[in-house]
Amino acid sequence: MSSAMALSSSLMRLGASRLSSMMGLARVASSSSMSNSSSSMSSSFSSSSAASLVTTSLGDAPITIELPRPYDTHLCEPPSTTVTTTPAEIEKFFKTTYLMRRMEIACDVLYKGKFIRGFCHLYDGQEAIIVGIEAALTWNDSIVTSYRDHCTHLGRGGNVKEVIAELLGKAPGCSKGNGGSMHMYRKETNFYGGNGIVGAQVPLGAGLAFGHKYRNDNCVAITMYGDGAANQGQIFEAMNMAALWDLPCIFVCENNHYGMGTAEWRSAKSPEYYKRGDYIPGIKIDGMDCLSVKQGFAFAKEFALKNGPIIVEADTYRYHGHSMSDPGSTYRTRDEISGVRQERDPVDRMRKLLIDVVGTSPDQIKAWEKELRKEVDDAVEFAKNAPLPPDAQLYENIYVDGKGIEARGVEISNVNVLG
Amino acid sequence: MKNTMAGMASISLPLPLRARLSILCCGGGGGSMIHGFGRAFSSSSSSSSSSSSASGSPTTMHAAINSAITHAMSEDPTTLVFGEDVAFGGVFRATTHLREKFGPRRAFNTPLSENGIVGFGIGVAIAGHRAIAEVQFADYIFTAMDQIVNEAAKCRYRSGAQFPAGGLTIRAPYGAVGHGGHYHSQSPEAYFCHTPGLRVVMPRNPYDAKGLLLASIRCDDPVIFLEPKALYRTAVSDNVPTEAYEVPLGKAEVVREGNDVTLVAWGAQVHVAEQAADALREERGATVEVVDLRSLLPWDAETVCQSVSKTGRLVVTHEAPITAGFGAEIVAEVTNACFTRLESPPERVCGMDTPFPLYGESLYVPTKLRVLEAMKRVLDF
Ligand SMILES: Cc1ncc(C[n+]2csc(CCOP(=O)(O)OP(=O)(O)O)c2C)c(N)n1
Ligand SMILES: [Mg+2]
Repeated sequence: MSSAMALSSSLMRLGASRLSSMMGLARVASSSSMSNSSSSMSSSFSSSSAASLVTTSLGDAPITIELPRPYDTHLCEPPSTTVTTTPAEIEKFFKTTYLMRRMEIACDVLYKGKFIRGFCHLYDGQEAIIVGIEAALTWNDSIVTSYRDHCTHLGRGGNVKEVIAELLGKAPGCSKGNGGSMHMYRKETNFYGGNGIVGAQVPLGAGLAFGHKYRNDNCVAITMYGDGAANQGQIFEAMNMAALWDLPCIFVCENNHYGMGTAEWRSAKSPEYYKRGDYIPGIKIDGMDCLSVKQGFAFAKEFALKNGPIIVEADTYRYHGHSMSDPGSTYRTRDEISGVRQERDPVDRMRKLLIDVVGTSPDQIKAWEKELRKEVDDAVEFAKNAPLPPDAQLYENIYVDGKGIEARGVEISNVNVLG
Repeated sequence: MKNTMAGMASISLPLPLRARLSILCCGGGGGSMIHGFGRAFSSSSSSSSSSSSASGSPTTMHAAINSAITHAMSEDPTTLVFGEDVAFGGVFRATTHLREKFGPRRAFNTPLSENGIVGFGIGVAIAGHRAIAEVQFADYIFTAMDQIVNEAAKCRYRSGAQFPAGGLTIRAPYGAVGHGGHYHSQSPEAYFCHTPGLRVVMPRNPYDAKGLLLASIRCDDPVIFLEPKALYRTAVSDNVPTEAYEVPLGKAEVVREGNDVTLVAWGAQVHVAEQAADALREERGATVEVVDLRSLLPWDAETVCQSVSKTGRLVVTHEAPITAGFGAEIVAEVTNACFTRLESPPERVCGMDTPFPLYGESLYVPTKLRVLEAMKRVLDF
């Protein structure tokens, strides 16, 4: 209940800012150079390897690691729990999860400083899922997700600047400032976006999978949703279609065990989400471990290409509240949160592997962390100083070119549809 | 017939808001009529309206809504309240303590399933319950559109009145709050106004919210009740009676009288309208008759047309996009009914024909300035 109170008081803050902005004059955005900066930014990440978000220095001699947690499966044989990796890969996993973590923490700070407004959902705690997925797939595979999408964008080769600029509603944001926190997109790497309406993206994933099958391109579509979203009817509709037509679709339930303040068992008759496709096979993976996710998704992709849809339930945890207005501590215990942080943290798990298995020195790791923190700090500065989108952008991109809607000045009482 | 005491809104909120809203809400009128006391209801409710209003206390919008639901659940043991996180009080605190008061069988959480929530609500309503379903934000109501439009609205008609879904009231917070972006800001009223069989109700202040919601719950038609979420805590009505009362459905209210322009609005936009009316009086000395529609379906064309017959000029303002917004219906009806009385073409000041934007909301929303400009245009025509 007090989480609800916090939610509502945050909305009142929104109300306050709206009213004050209504009293003031409309802000005037500078439109210069925004398209330049956004295109130059994305081109630096247009290479096809998922490794480009961070650079690695360690070697690539194979290491085998035994996963501590076995896979649970439904209507299929589990993959092996012996994973092959390399020092460079562990380094990459560490750096990427760490960068994501720092970015989300920076978002928290920016939100509290009122640089980010409105709705903002953080991914910290869940980083291993997107990192593991990207290690098993290519950017030719499609991905579509919910509003918890900041790190998905990084996984798809976007950079921290684009994400934070988008969060601030700035022109160089990855959706030109139009989308905000819930709507990151990256067309060049088949990231079909974040979605604000819970569950809405799941049938889209079936459609994306159909596209892959039709083109016969040997790729899969990943369609991600939460444990709360798993109760939306359209998910079952999408699963039926995907199974009926043998589509290469991986339904990914990111089970962080809460949908807003509601624990999974309060809203789901069966919280075994990997079994909820009934006739669709499923696998449950440790969503806090990049290696478990990587192995699980390599298996799922192969399976989906051969047999049609599969459900992957990633057992995970979100550290922050549901969104910025939820302290996240009223419907779960502090012990629960700190227990997960201590036992299962995805960043710590990779840090530990680096130290224990690869033999990386703690000083080396600290130096990497410092660099990554600087990257985030720089991105924050960049975003703060970036221009707002031009006002005219409010009326563009509603229809195809030439059919945009143009407003007559700020005090308009009418809009004009150009033919 | 106006009781300026009753629904007079005043404000208790942080400073930046206080400045503006006190202009908005205290500038005169703000009065609400008290109607429907004692309809199918306990003896205490038969006391006269003005003395009852004096017994009220300053009440926020969410508390007024909570109070209406509490009355409804107390008076009728079939009444249920449900929705996402409703048993925990809901995102906006409108349903706090209901589970404690009425038990988990009558106030309960649902899974995240809007279409299911509404369909379930229709089912229990048909089975004889009063069902108060909450959709967490009006922006999510589209997921339940089929159940609302194809089922709730048509049950009575197609069953020859055997199985009406009249016991169903769907509450949803709507409207701009500052930075809600695409999916926490929309005003979807016009979609429902296009659906015979539904009632659509939108209160502007706590006094009306309580009275209208109670009338909606008791009403034997399915009602879409859209609550201005920006006002949940910021709008306070001074004299919301602690007892039950109704504000009648289908009746507009003349919030303030004037002679030169009729300005029609509903929900939170009424406050913008009042502010624009003040500004016009200051700038031009012209007086504006502000009409709060309160119910959009069915709507009170009579009150609006009477006013326009007097003033000869009409401006309608709403947050939803202009094209096929409910303002279009009002303008069409008034143009027809008051054609010979009109001194100038009616105007609409609305949201733009764009998605609700994340940035630049202040450009999108129909601000006081834009309403003021439109009123000057109809005066200068
Ligand atoms: C159709 C719809 N209903 C409700 C909401 C409000 N809402 C946003 S997220 C959320 C909880 C979703 O939980 P889950 O699917 O578990 O995802 P998580 O937030 O845990 O990542 C709710 C109720 C919404 N955005 N859309
Ligand atoms: Mg969840």
